[in-house]
Amino acid sequence: MDPKTKIESRHLDFYYGHKQALKDINIIAPANKVTALIGPSGCGKSTFIRTLNRMNDVIPGARVDGEILLDGVSIYSPKIDVVELRTKVGMVFQKPNPFPKTIFDNIAYGLRIGGMKHRKKIAEVVEKSLRKAALWEEVKDRMRENAFALSGGQQQRLCIARSLAVDPEVMLFDEPCSAIDPIATAKIEDLIQKMKQNYTVVIVTHNMQQAARVSDYTAFLMLGELIEYGDTPQIFTNPKNKLTEDYITGRFG
Amino acid sequence: MERQFDEELKTLQEKLLYMASLAQESISIAIKGLKERNEKYTDKVMEQEKEINLLDIEIDELCMRLLALRQPMAVDLRLITASLRISSELERIGDQSVNIVERTLELLKVPLLKPLIDIPRMATLAEGMVRDSITAFVNRDAALARNVCERDDEVDNLNDQIFREILTYMMQDPSSLKRAVDLILVGRHLERIADHATNIGEDVIYFVKGKTIKHHFEKFNYDSHS
Repeated sequence: MDPKTKIESRHLDFYYGHKQALKDINIIAPANKVTALIGPSGCGKSTFIRTLNRMNDVIPGARVDGEILLDGVSIYSPKIDVVELRTKVGMVFQKPNPFPKTIFDNIAYGLRIGGMKHRKKIAEVVEKSLRKAALWEEVKDRMRENAFALSGGQQQRLCIARSLAVDPEVMLFDEPCSAIDPIATAKIEDLIQKMKQNYTVVIVTHNMQQAARVSDYTAFLMLGELIEYGDTPQIFTNPKNKLTEDYITGRFG
Repeated sequence: MERQFDEELKTLQEKLLYMASLAQESISIAIKGLKERNEKYTDKVMEQEKEINLLDIEIDELCMRLLALRQPMAVDLRLITASLRISSELERIGDQSVNIVERTLELLKVPLLKPLIDIPRMATLAEGMVRDSITAFVNRDAALARNVCERDDEVDNLNDQIFREILTYMMQDPSSLKRAVDLILVGRHLERIADHATNIGEDVIYFVKGKTIKHHFEKFNYDSHS
């Protein structure tokens, strides 16, 4: 049986002012799978992932045509509450961006905003989230320290824990490992693969080996167009499109 | 865009090509020794087999290094995995040539059982299959590779024919048994060589098309040569 579609784009066009950044993109991210977006710089992969939780809304002159459906519901419909959407569709960015607060408060913040008041409950969720992000053992005795005291890789996992705390359904990763070392990268990759038990994951990466390692499906974009989409093993062993082949074997870039 | 990696892949292919030429030559030398009833070809085949074995190791090591250091994808990955397989097939072909030489040394001790007709024909076919399978690899020619696979039947049929024919000699004259069995074995070794060429053909198709045809290729009846 085909896996259930969690989030998908249908005939998605995206413009920065007059410049069209995405052209008729149709991509499916199946539930409880990892979908990777790869492509050369400027191909639109980051733009695409940002349309999935409307992070592009704030960019002046940006315009979207077509649809993004989350569980079959258009996220660009006027009925959608963007704040609620972003709790459902969490995002982790290229550079770790913890709040200038304690480790504990970084995670508790979203919970309090969401109306959680019970201290014990908050502490419970903080611990659970840190455990899910494989960070708990490293920080359990440092909860009152400033988040910036953590290493880059730890900060990135803190950001993941922060997203997980508000109980998302989809996790978006925009080049999550580009600013951290290989050991920390391996931890994050491992985490991403474990996360798919509970979440649907979409990841943008410059690192093709990373896409090959962590994802179930891969989409290759170039100049704002979707060139090829398929099972990750197929894309990396036997791509159908010459452009995909040339890109992943490093014949251009 | 030419990559540094392409240079390394070229080296790999050149090594494989050289190994194939040795393997192919070792078949014809081995059969020449049998036909001309001449021992002097024996050493040459043994020597080449040693060289083939060394190349097999060298190619394995090069492939492992490229896999580890370059993390190849797509066609590059298929080229390297195909090279690994082809190199093992060629190594086995070298072994089979040595087997033929060993039979020859036995056969030289006694008079010829019968004039050799089908065995040299079979050798020519098998050698041609090896040559074409490697040409298909070098030229990325899936059609030629498929053609090689299809020719395996001819060799199998010849082998059956040789077997039946020699069987009649065995029945007529039990004292010919040793010679007869040695000839049957030579046929068997050539038949195996053709199988290795067929495997190379299948590897080439996978390399070029990304499609596996082995084990369930509908036109083939693998039972006949297992």
